[in-house]
Parts: sequence; structure tokens; C-alpha cells
Amino acid sequence: MGYLNGFAVTLRQLFKPRVTTDYRGGRAKPGQPDAKRPKPERLHGRHVLNRYPDGMEKCIGCELCAGVCPAHCIYVRGADNDPAHPTAPGERYGYVYEINYLRCIHCDLCVEACPTQAITESKLFEFSFTNRDDAVYTKAELLVDDEGRPRKLAWEDWRDGDDEDTSGWMRATSPSGDRRYAGAVAWSGELGYGVRPPEPADDEPRTDGEQRADDELRADGEPRAADEPRADDEGGG
Amino acid sequence: MGLIADVRGQGLEGLEHNFVTGRLESLVNWARARSCWPATFGLACCAIEMMATGAAHYDLARYGMEVFRASPRQADLMIVAGRVSQKMAPVLRQIYDQMMEPKWVISMGVCASSGGMFNNYAIVQGVDQVVPVDVYAPGCPPGPETLMHAIFTLHDKITTGEVLARRSARGAGAGLAVEQRDGQTAAAMVGRR
Repeated sequence: MGYLNGFAVTLRQLFKPRVTTDYRGGRAKPGQPDAKRPKPERLHGRHVLNRYPDGMEKCIGCELCAGVCPAHCIYVRGADNDPAHPTAPGERYGYVYEINYLRCIHCDLCVEACPTQAITESKLFEFSFTNRDDAVYTKAELLVDDEGRPRKLAWEDWRDGDDEDTSGWMRATSPSGDRRYAGAVAWSGELGYGVRPPEPADDEPRTDGEQRADDELRADGEPRAADEPRADDEGGG
Repeated sequence: MGLIADVRGQGLEGLEHNFVTGRLESLVNWARARSCWPATFGLACCAIEMMATGAAHYDLARYGMEVFRASPRQADLMIVAGRVSQKMAPVLRQIYDQMMEPKWVISMGVCASSGGMFNNYAIVQGVDQVVPVDVYAPGCPPGPETLMHAIFTLHDKITTGEVLARRSARGAGAGLAVEQRDGQTAAAMVGRR
């Protein structure tokens, strides 16, 4: 009667709750569920080109991102700023900026290389193309809009939260960085949006608040609750 | 009464939309989109995500796609998941040729789509050099949701009939042509245009 064990497994599973995420790619009819699974905080998705709060572009056309890219998916061409109407502060700006998403492996090395934190990665990962030309994102598609939010393109499936915690603050405040620079102008967050207090470096003494947060983390093994208020007004430029 | 007069005068061509065949085509497309059996073609790490898409958490069975067929004769869709080496390319092409029409290809991940970060002599720089690709899924690897997004894009393509438009525009196949014995060239693809 050994074969009945298999049926027993099936019967047991019948009464368990469903684990399926009803993802429908934004094509759900009214009334149908359409959910994404929650993304990890450090997920790397589609890139975003940032601006300063006054609307100036952060990219200075230095091509460091293109140089560091292991897949050679970034093409940058810099140009001199018009002194009367500058596009970016300083001498140069990114005249052409293109990323080929059929090569990009989302390693975040461009974000680490960028000296002005112009390029960061959002959490958007749900997009697909029907031909190769669509996969080359130009500057018009990558650059944030006037409110500092990523452009939600028609073929991408954006949801709430996909543009939060983009990877810029992660580099600026990670233990491998020097926290003395956190909050300085060059390390500003994206329009003051998505900035959070710096993480301490490994070899630095902890402040009281950080120690308490660490203890809480160890106590329940859960990361910070998503609805906990963030110090959005700290740091940033 | 313009409609009736048009039909009396010109027959079915008097109708603005030919609803008889139009309905049938959309019915066929609907059926094709909802029973799109994939052929197993996992080549590298993308295949792990492809398996995750088929498993309970994402459950491709919701779209009638849960049966990954090892036999290309029973498959409609080839998901090329992973990097295609130069040695694998003829095998891939043969599997594609053995699939029955209608057939579609999803290029999953950057390695299959363009070689990704492996820009060297061993890896085919884009599987669309070998087979015609309908949908590209970016990512390294694409998550299950990205693959499902690609699959939904393909469903849109199937139901809107864009596949046929593309085939007729490009003369079927990957644009490959073979020299025939009589001196003419023909598209290197099995099946009708």
C-alpha cells in the first residue's frame, strides 16, 4: 500500500493556503488580482538619471560608468555646457546617454563609479521588448521628470514602491564608504527623496540609536518595518 | 440602410470589417495564446528562474503553459534561457526547425539576447542570429516576473496577430536564405510563410 502515500501528500496539500502570487503584468481585468512580490531593499533594476533639486542634470559626461561597465552596455558622449544656459553644473554634461538593456547585467558598478551620483538603479525589473531597438534606452527615457521621479514608460510595469530606495543612498552610506561624506553636497540623495541616515562603518563606534536598532534587529530577526518614518529631511542637497 | 445596400452591391467586401473570418482568427489566436507549451531549452542560470516561474509561486499553469515539452514536435514556444555557445547554435536551430508552426521564441536574459557580458569568440552574440526572436526579456537573470512580463507581451503579440504580420514582412524565418541547386534562394525555414 506504499503508493497511497503519494495520494496522502496530494490530499494534505489540497487544504493548505495558496502560495501563488497572482502576477498578471499589469494586464488584469477589473476585479482580478495583480500583485508583485515585495522586492528586497537592495534589488538592482532599471537605471535612472538624476537631477539636482534646481533641475540641473547631475551627469557631467565623464564616461566613468561606461568605462567600468563589464558588459559595455553604456554609451556616453559629453559636451561642453552653454555658459548662458547650462544643462549641468560645471563644464561638461552628458550629451548622449544610452544604456542597452539587452547587455546590462544590473551589477551596479556604474552607480559605484559615478562621481556625482547621477545614475542610480530603481527597483523596476518588469519590462520586455519585441525588438532590439526598443531595448536601447536613451537619455530622454532614463532622465527623471521634473519631480525627481523615474519616467514610467508604457511598456514597463511600475507599481508603488518600485521607485523608492533606489540604489544611490546605498552606495553613499554603505560601510565600505567613508561616512564623513554622507550628507555632503556631492553625496546628496535623489532630490532629497530616498535618503536615509547613513549606516555606520564596520570599524566605527556605534551611536546609541544605531546600537538600539542593531539590538532590535538581532532580537526579532526582522528588518526595519516599511512604514517606519524615515529621516527624509536629513542629508541631501 | 447603408450597410445592407453595400452588402447587396459588393457582397462581403461591402462590410467594413469582415466579421466572419475576423472572429475566427481571434478565436484561433485566443486558443493559441492560452495553450502555448514551451520547449525546454534551459542552457544556463536563466533556466533556474524559468523553473521558478513554472513552480507554485508564479505558476505558469494559470496560462496553460505548465507543460515543458522535451519533444519539439509538441512545443509552441521556445524559451532560450542562457548563453548560447557557437557549438550549441546549430542544435538550437535544429530544435527550432523541428517545432511545428505556429511557433514563437522568447530570448530570456541578456546572454541569449545579445551575448551579455560574454563578448567573446565562444558565445553567439544574440540568439536572433540563429532563430527569429519574438520577445526579449532583459536581466541577468530575469526574475520570474520579468519572464512572465515577456510571456504576456508574447500573448499580446499572438492575440493581435502581429506574428503573422512580421512573418509576411520579413519573408519568414530569421532572414536566413539557402542557395538551391537551381540557383535560386529560399528562406531557410520549415513551414509555410
